Amino acid sequence: MQVDTRHRFENFVTGSANRLAVAAARAVAEQPGLTYNPLFVYSGSGLGKTHLISAIGNYVQQRQPDMNVEYVTLDDFVEQLHAAIAMNETDRFKQRYGRVDVLLLDDMQFLTGRRETQAEMLRLLNALQGTGRQVVMTSDRPPSEIPDVDERLITRLSGGLIVDIAPPDFETRIAIMRARCDERGVRFQGGVLEELAQMEFRNIRELQGALNRIIATQTLGGDQVRADQVRGMFGPGAEPPMRTPTPMRTSRVSGGRGNLDFQSFVSDIATAVAQHVDPWKIKVAEAVAYWSGEGYRTSALERLLQDAGPKTDFEGALREYFANIDRLRLFEGQATAVDPALGADEVFRDPLRVAEAEALATRALAGSSPPPGPSAAFTRTGFEVGPSNQLAVRAADAVIEEPGKRYNPLFVYGPSGVGKTHLVNAVGNEMINASGGAAVVACVSAQQFMDELIAALQEGTVDRWRIRYRGADALVIDDVQFVAGKERTQEELFHVFNALHTEGKQLLFASDREPRQLKGLEDRLRSRFEGGLVVEMQVPDRALREKLYAHYLNDVETLDRDALVGYLADRAAASVREVIGLVHRVVAAADIAGLPLSTAIARAELDGGAPVPGVPDVRAADPYFLDDEKIVWHLPDIGARLIEDPR
Amino acid sequence: MSLVNYQTREITCKIVYYGPGRSGKTTNLHYIYGQVPEDRKGTMVSLATQTDRTLFFDFLPLDLGTISGFTTRFQLYTVPGQVYYQATRKLVLQGADGVVFVADSQARLLQENIESFQDLHQNLAEQGVDARTIPLVIQYNKQDLPSDLILTTAELSDTVNFRGVPDYPADALHGPGVFETLRGISELVLKRLSAGAAR
Repeated sequence: MQVDTRHRFENFVTGSANRLAVAAARAVAEQPGLTYNPLFVYSGSGLGKTHLISAIGNYVQQRQPDMNVEYVTLDDFVEQLHAAIAMNETDRFKQRYGRVDVLLLDDMQFLTGRRETQAEMLRLLNALQGTGRQVVMTSDRPPSEIPDVDERLITRLSGGLIVDIAPPDFETRIAIMRARCDERGVRFQGGVLEELAQMEFRNIRELQGALNRIIATQTLGGDQVRADQVRGMFGPGAEPPMRTPTPMRTSRVSGGRGNLDFQSFVSDIATAVAQHVDPWKIKVAEAVAYWSGEGYRTSALERLLQDAGPKTDFEGALREYFANIDRLRLFEGQATAVDPALGADEVFRDPLRVAEAEALATRALAGSSPPPGPSAAFTRTGFEVGPSNQLAVRAADAVIEEPGKRYNPLFVYGPSGVGKTHLVNAVGNEMINASGGAAVVACVSAQQFMDELIAALQEGTVDRWRIRYRGADALVIDDVQFVAGKERTQEELFHVFNALHTEGKQLLFASDREPRQLKGLEDRLRSRFEGGLVVEMQVPDRALREKLYAHYLNDVETLDRDALVGYLADRAAASVREVIGLVHRVVAAADIAGLPLSTAIARAELDGGAPVPGVPDVRAADPYFLDDEKIVWHLPDIGARLIEDPR
Repeated sequence: MSLVNYQTREITCKIVYYGPGRSGKTTNLHYIYGQVPEDRKGTMVSLATQTDRTLFFDFLPLDLGTISGFTTRFQLYTVPGQVYYQATRKLVLQGADGVVFVADSQARLLQENIESFQDLHQNLAEQGVDARTIPLVIQYNKQDLPSDLILTTAELSDTVNFRGVPDYPADALHGPGVFETLRGISELVLKRLSAGAAR
């Protein structure tokens, strides 16, 4: 059977749930028969097993077209075997599979109870592996849990590497759907995919089915699908039950005494060897052979083999070694992406020098694309202090003075418009200024943080993205309440937090609520947020309002400044934004009246009091239009552009 | 000699067939040799006297191919059974991973079986090997002979197999019991792999 060419590594979205499986599959695809043989991938239905093994097949065929790659599901295999037996052509059947270089076997769980097939499979696996050919298998469960299968076959299936694929997390689901939408050239309104990703689909296939349905609704119906419609489109109970193989009879045929021959002797020896040889030692030795061939230093593993005692933790040591290699490769990739010459550096070949490699990569990356910084518009000098916010401001000043030493993290919360964004950005700017512009201060909103993560997931550049933040000297996240309920974002934030915090880098968060009131915020993050200083910024009090009005009316011509400021400050204001709006409103009223601003004008405008003599009763229709930001002050000269109709 | 070499990825098993003269040790090896597929056959080295009795020793290398990533080789040796080849027996026994004791089932040779078995223990002891720990199986050969000439498995077991190791009736000339014996000793040897590898 042909491998489905649509299934490639490039369109397989990698997340934390399947990273190991993908890494193993890639290793196998790059060097069939040399790394993990056999590779056994298992997972629930619809999580990408078939995609992954097809990707191996396609990759091999693309790189080595002369290799004989065969993809077959176990059902087809059984059918072919039966047909061959019926036509007395078993030799041809054996020859055919004996020639395969890379055998991809799907749905191995259907081996249950099939004696004949098991015997044939055992023979085939022996023949293929004995000659160094690669076998990759998938199943919905690990080999040891497939019922009624010959022990000897199970040891063969488990002899290489067994990896599983877990269901994807929220962010990976979004990345998968975005990738699919890009493929189809479809765009949805904001929130639609997020809504879909939050619904409970048991696997990616169902998720894609749902996505197809809304794509169809949108492209055929002509109307944009809205986020609030998504849930209504999928009723509960739409999920089909998972397929499980039927358990078969459990009888076992034991070989008679008379038919022992050399083959079965070898087969028994193989079973005994598989049972008694320490599998981890084999793996260690294989790893030494493989990685030294790849040019990596293996001294750590060699020492492990020599000094091995009965209690040596091979598993842990190997895992650490592989993890280190992965990281070396990652760092090498990052470094070479910036400067190809760095690839020759010896540190990328020695797993004992991962830290140096990381430092090198970080240096390379930090020089290339710094994370987003604080907005320069927000400065500390323009920030007025009153009793309602002085605690927060003092804490912020302490942070500016000694970043990372006093309040780390500093968590500022309060209602909208009281100046949280201004304050945290100002702190970021001051930290940069204090360092003479050398410090890298990452400053983002939580939404932007998550969007970048999803984009990185989609492009497979998460590691690079992560490094950018981990390399920062300080991290400022605004509107951090948005991470609540976002699994993966919280996980990433957690790791970035830890990485920075242990290095004594300053962390600064702004939110509309205090941490304990954020629903869906993981405990590990909440406790970390609360571990520094949580401080509230309240609605501006009178003293602060007075300062604010004085500040904003500073450049305005007024008749009775003090009285006016006093009058305005007496009015309650829910936020700094409201204060600014009020200033604009009275200034505009004075402008319209053509008089200098005074308490009387302000009073008339705001309280609807007695009209001031000589002032025409012109009221702004809607204070909205008096907001600076909402008015186009310089209209282009439209007249010059008009073209008269010749008729 | 290390049984499992993780660095070169080799498993090498040395199994010695021990027993009184003319009990059928070489016949065991010949039968095994005959069963090995052509592509796996090594050269069987046999130095025989004119009367077809083993003068020095037989050596049959068995290449079992790659098992679990290991190149697996079994080396089967026989010792000359005759009493006066003591020195050769000691030499061959050196470094054995397992021993098959081939007993002659004929009733009149019972005493020779016992003497040879004692000789085995003595030689092992001289090499500092504890006979209680080395993998050992016993084969009662020539069970195809007329029943009035031979002892039954039970009778032989009572006299020879006082340590209660696995034992197998066999007819090495025609095959029955040969691979059962080899399989038995191999399993015992391989069982020691994990312990042996940690040395």
